[in-house]
Amino acid sequence: MLALALASGFKAGAQSFVDNSQMNGSFQTDAQYYMLDKGIDITHLENGKKLGINGFGKINYTNGNFSAGMRFEAFLPEMNGFRSELNGVGLANFFATYDNGFVGMTVGDIYDQFGSGLVFRTYEEWSLGMDNALRGARVVLRPAQGITLKGVYGRQRYYWAAYHNRNMSNSEYRGIVRGVDAEWDLNQSIPALNESKFRMSLGGSFVSKSQDTTIVNSLFYRIPVNVGAAAGRINLGYGNWAFSTEYAHKINDPSAINNFIYKEGQALMASLGYSQKGFGAVIQVKRIDNMSFKSNYTGKENDFDINFIPPINYTHTHSLPSMYTYSTQPNGEMAAQLQVNYTIPKGTALGGKYGTKLAFNMSQVNDIVRDSVMYNGQLVLNKKGTTGYSSKFFAVSDHRFFRDINFEVDKKISKDWHLTAQYINLYYDMETIEGHAGTPPVRANIGFMDVTYKINKKQSLRIELQGLWENKIHQGYHVNESEKKDYQKRGHWAAALVEYSINPHWSFSIADKWNYGNPVEEYRDHYFSGTISYIHEATRVMLTAGRQSEGVVCVGGVCRTVPASSGVTLTVSTSF
Amino acid sequence: MTLLLMALMVTGLHAQSKSDLPNVTLKDLNGKNVNIAKLTNNGKPIVLTFWATWCGPCIKEHNALNDVYADWQDETGVKIYAVSIDDSRSTAKVKPTVEGKGWDFEILLDVNSDLKRAMNVSNPPHTFLFDGNGKLVYQHTGYIEGGEDELYEEILKLAKKK
Repeated sequence: MLALALASGFKAGAQSFVDNSQMNGSFQTDAQYYMLDKGIDITHLENGKKLGINGFGKINYTNGNFSAGMRFEAFLPEMNGFRSELNGVGLANFFATYDNGFVGMTVGDIYDQFGSGLVFRTYEEWSLGMDNALRGARVVLRPAQGITLKGVYGRQRYYWAAYHNRNMSNSEYRGIVRGVDAEWDLNQSIPALNESKFRMSLGGSFVSKSQDTTIVNSLFYRIPVNVGAAAGRINLGYGNWAFSTEYAHKINDPSAINNFIYKEGQALMASLGYSQKGFGAVIQVKRIDNMSFKSNYTGKENDFDINFIPPINYTHTHSLPSMYTYSTQPNGEMAAQLQVNYTIPKGTALGGKYGTKLAFNMSQVNDIVRDSVMYNGQLVLNKKGTTGYSSKFFAVSDHRFFRDINFEVDKKISKDWHLTAQYINLYYDMETIEGHAGTPPVRANIGFMDVTYKINKKQSLRIELQGLWENKIHQGYHVNESEKKDYQKRGHWAAALVEYSINPHWSFSIADKWNYGNPVEEYRDHYFSGTISYIHEATRVMLTAGRQSEGVVCVGGVCRTVPASSGVTLTVSTSF
Repeated sequence: MTLLLMALMVTGLHAQSKSDLPNVTLKDLNGKNVNIAKLTNNGKPIVLTFWATWCGPCIKEHNALNDVYADWQDETGVKIYAVSIDDSRSTAKVKPTVEGKGWDFEILLDVNSDLKRAMNVSNPPHTFLFDGNGKLVYQHTGYIEGGEDELYEEILKLAKKK
């Protein structure tokens, strides 16, 4: 009898336990087969590599307030354009979380961000092979309605490098990262403000890294053991208006990126937006000064990044407009951006039956102004071991890194026809952004048209036409033999794509990109490719064959260069 | 006894599982916290779509959904939540973009991809359909012209079951 009672009690427990159990997961493989192609100058395979495979599989388990997950990754070897440090197979990520709404605790690999990420952000971006997860612990407390407190502690992922101090080589060393963040949403915590038109929230963070100062032994400089960074933020809203700003400050942090200067770092971001049905506008400004923050001070590019400096310019998605994408300059930049969206209402002369959507965007990035500082009775600028330079907060240098002015029309013409067209005027300082010393900047006009025709309920046809015309660099421009390599994708381009889709599963497309106006005759190549894609619910299979031009893949201002290649690419992804 | 216990366990295993909406808290456009596990629509279907201001096919899908949304609501009572995965570089642009394009969906901000990870979204657009009890019944990745028709067939199936 007792046993039966126990069993039924156990059953009840087991049942609710099992009832609440959920599993889900996802899987993706990208595989590339590389071939020689004399036409686009591929006369040997990179490292003799014929095949590159990137893959991951992940499983999440949830049960009420508890969740856990793990991700397995395989790079056998990594595809061209990904870092060779990725080569390998293993369990890259795992975590377990308990969160009952009042207190939350996570152990394992943590992705989180404080404010806009100026002092702390860990994230993962598969398409870039980027993952700076913090392995350690996180506590989240919500002591009262509208108040969130967070604390994180741990060491970041660096490809497959070990996490133990004693197993880390200098090039793989990462210091300990600690951080706290507090956020107070007045509207949620003060009942009288719950439904107010006025909205306000405040936040503040502090992050420090504790580092081994001997990883570069040749230095006679004293590297600080602890480097702290703090940030404060305000979000305000009133009716249709929204304002937000965040300021961050970092103490001296000499590193390979800033040429081992001892200047403190600063960052300021602010945005003001207005929106009502059919109209939206936002203006953003940003100032970054010496804000690279890494858990290894010898790190280059985006390795070991603790923080994230968001670029604020427009993100293009078509192939020619996105060929020259801006990437953040952590040592200093002044940026501004304006975006306006407007829908001409239905039933007006210009709006037509469906309305017409217009968008305007302008963004520009310049350098900050740097003035020399006194060092041992001499004026020096950016000299190693000194405070580097002084910089007036609101001064903007004449040195322009980037400018993009674009205008877009999006119009449903009839039940079956849809048109999107965009014009872009671009300035891109290739020397600074890509580090090709001595190459002239790109000044170009770019246009594209994207037309969709619905043949019937199931089938549709899409045509994309694009052109990129540089103002100075084209057929007639003289390039010295020794500098040829820097001009590989320069000059005029034309591109076309035709896609035929059968809803909901199939889509077939052929595309060509042609660098017809390259100043170097042998680079005037066609990049032909064909793609078949099959989608079934959450499963996608895509096969592409043909040439891929040299380019830059950027997500969130973090970029990866992809070398020119010829071959076949297969992508399989699914989630459940 | 052991057999009985096992039998009971098996019945337990076969029990209908509860909501598939994950316990993740996002913010809406007014900065208010919204716990996804607590989303409700009076027993009517809920659609979650993942998108970003920089994702061309997502904008197309949402324009198409917005054209038919009012009709869908009248006929089935469905509610659409459009989850933006824009990070801090473009969160300030989400509201002006949504309003400027005249979308009528509920907008949620997934600034550091917490919900995207919890729901295993690899690339936007990715659309999920939940029944009135939060049970996942259909999902679709990518957008092909006319893709909203297939989603609507699934919503209609749910509405008829009621």
